[in-house]
Amino acid sequence: MSRWLVTGAAVLGGPPSDLLLDDGVVVEVGVGLAAGGGQVLDAAGLVALPGLVDLHTHLREPGREDAETVESGTLAAALGGFTAVHAMANTDPVADVAGVVEQVWRLGQQAGYCDVHPVGAVTVGLRGEQLAELGAMADSAARVRIFSDDGRCVDDAVLMRRALEYVKAFDGVVAQHAQEPRLTAGAQMNEGVLSARLGLTGWPAVAEESVIARDCLLAAHVGSRLHVCHVSTAGSVDILRWAKAKGWRVSAEVTPHHLLLTDDLATTYDPVYKVNPPLRTAADVEALRDGLADGTIDAVATDHAPHALEDKESEWSAAAFGMLGLETALCVVVAAMVQTGRLDWAGVADRMAVRPARIGRLAGQGQPLQAGAPANLTLLDPAARTVIDPVGLASRSRNTPYAGRELPGRVVATFLRGRPTVLDGKPA
Amino acid sequence: MKRHLLSAADLDRDDALLVLDTAEELARVSDRTVKKLPTLRGRTVVNLFFEDSTRTRTSFEVAAKRLSADVINFSATGSSVSKGESLKDTALTLEAIGADGVVIRHGSSGAPHRLATWVRGSVLNAGDGTHEHPTQALLDAYTMRSRLGRVEGLKVTIVGDVLHSRVARSNVLLLRTLGADVTLVAPPTLFPVGVEAWPAEVSYDIDAVLPKSDVVMVLRVQRERMNAAYFPSAREYSRRYGLDGRRMAMLPDEAIVMHPGPMNRGMEIAAEVADSVRSTIVEQVANGVSVRMAVLYLLLGGVEVGG
Repeated sequence: MSRWLVTGAAVLGGPPSDLLLDDGVVVEVGVGLAAGGGQVLDAAGLVALPGLVDLHTHLREPGREDAETVESGTLAAALGGFTAVHAMANTDPVADVAGVVEQVWRLGQQAGYCDVHPVGAVTVGLRGEQLAELGAMADSAARVRIFSDDGRCVDDAVLMRRALEYVKAFDGVVAQHAQEPRLTAGAQMNEGVLSARLGLTGWPAVAEESVIARDCLLAAHVGSRLHVCHVSTAGSVDILRWAKAKGWRVSAEVTPHHLLLTDDLATTYDPVYKVNPPLRTAADVEALRDGLADGTIDAVATDHAPHALEDKESEWSAAAFGMLGLETALCVVVAAMVQTGRLDWAGVADRMAVRPARIGRLAGQGQPLQAGAPANLTLLDPAARTVIDPVGLASRSRNTPYAGRELPGRVVATFLRGRPTVLDGKPA
Repeated sequence: MKRHLLSAADLDRDDALLVLDTAEELARVSDRTVKKLPTLRGRTVVNLFFEDSTRTRTSFEVAAKRLSADVINFSATGSSVSKGESLKDTALTLEAIGADGVVIRHGSSGAPHRLATWVRGSVLNAGDGTHEHPTQALLDAYTMRSRLGRVEGLKVTIVGDVLHSRVARSNVLLLRTLGADVTLVAPPTLFPVGVEAWPAEVSYDIDAVLPKSDVVMVLRVQRERMNAAYFPSAREYSRRYGLDGRRMAMLPDEAIVMHPGPMNRGMEIAAEVADSVRSTIVEQVANGVSVRMAVLYLLLGGVEVGG
């Protein structure tokens, strides 16, 4: 049952090829391959990409199983073409000890839709006061390599420096949520012309950029690896470009929503558009697309943030920050990057699978689709168009900003180590 | 007119003039012994106040009652709202009661916009966070017109905490619609980033602006703002931006002084200015009732008057 022949797929958009998958690996790639008793999937017209890897997912378990569980979140991921996700640490209890990261890791294995790699908290309880036991999490069964207080910024410069230094011992990386807290007290949306008009407290670009600049300098000073979460401003792209030109070991991600949506959506006061960092201006969106295209930004990461209905159906300031992303990420990237001519399919694979896997140090993910590689892949119909219906999502939550929107592309199938998790766009 | 009044920008020039003209007609009712019209008999108006504001709530209540509407005061303190009920559940409750109009005051910018998506009746924004307070702008325009005979072409200076002021936002929009020229004056810390896109001039120097002003509108400035470093001290604010007797003397002869209340006497406005003949502060309160009657009448009456 584990043998599959995928026929006629355009690998990275190239000429139609057959892929023979058996026993968890890609056995052969070529033309006119025989199924050899395996099942056949006709992939004519579909683009084959390595299984996508998300660096930034909120699975909400343990603690907020009403909003998402590891099972529902990883199913959403598989339907979006992902074969691995990194689960953020801001659960309840916080993933700041080996016990919690191992629990999340095991829940991922049980669900089986995609690999779950827990992110460990940098500080105890995300409180920004004392380092969590990073080494214990790294040595645990979950083998944590990415550490983040996401949702909170490690704003204390000494603590950030120590974290960057400490993780060098096990080739870890600190993923920073760059947000200067004093400049963003009570912040609700991008600070600019619209926040002035709407009377919503502004979240200035400088609050992100100043922290990124400081962290790049710190990472360079101690010779460590820094990853910057959900970059949202043109200025941040400039700083990252500068840091990379210096040869510093800095990587960065951008969310699909920051590649497509702008702050004018806040004029509806509908909190489905409330997210942190906030939606920015059209000029920022352009700069982010440029940065992703030229590789200044390494990866697209969803920041999939499910929220219960009551946490979003309220007045703006009372609502939670965050939006769903896993099931729409690839389609949004097609709209923002492929259809605009900024990335080809190889570029999409690089930013959504190859580089994220490298940043997370995932050996079995983000490998090129060639003989001998783990059979992690997704098949996309680039000609299809999908109207997003929140009710039809696999996530337990409904807070998608794309409700009613038509997006290009449709994930048809996803394979995790040779086993289909998604077939014909549905759970396999 | 639109079904709701959420922002001063919801009113085009004709709408705004219709409200002011209607208010003028209705003001005559207030001069009668029996101050009541049967216009909104059988209609239900809910005053939904999530912030304490006796002045505004009373003004709306009197306005609705003079039009014979049934008025329900639904205040956040001591109700289910203070026990954690969501705005949406409150909205559904009002819907079940059968409210024809909901007057909402809320601390969160945009709350009236949200409410308008959940109820069938008309929603009237009576002040939302640091966003807008459209009926305040209407009563201010009404006051200017009754004192100076017109709004078009007036030079209006608004001085104070523009950043946190819903009164400033609504006034800038409405005064622009009515053809006045607005200059905003404040220390740079009390302007929002992005103010340059507003249809108004921006100045940091009140003394340079006053001699050219037909109207000075003074905004309340909370003393606590100095704790967040918006200005060094109440005394320094007062010295640089407060409207005192010396500054009042710089105004043209006919110029008037306005304040939406409540005032901090001695802070943004000196007592001698507040109590002077130029001051329209008490008239503003009276005009508030007429303007709110007009808005309720036009939104809920179902009849176009003057048209």
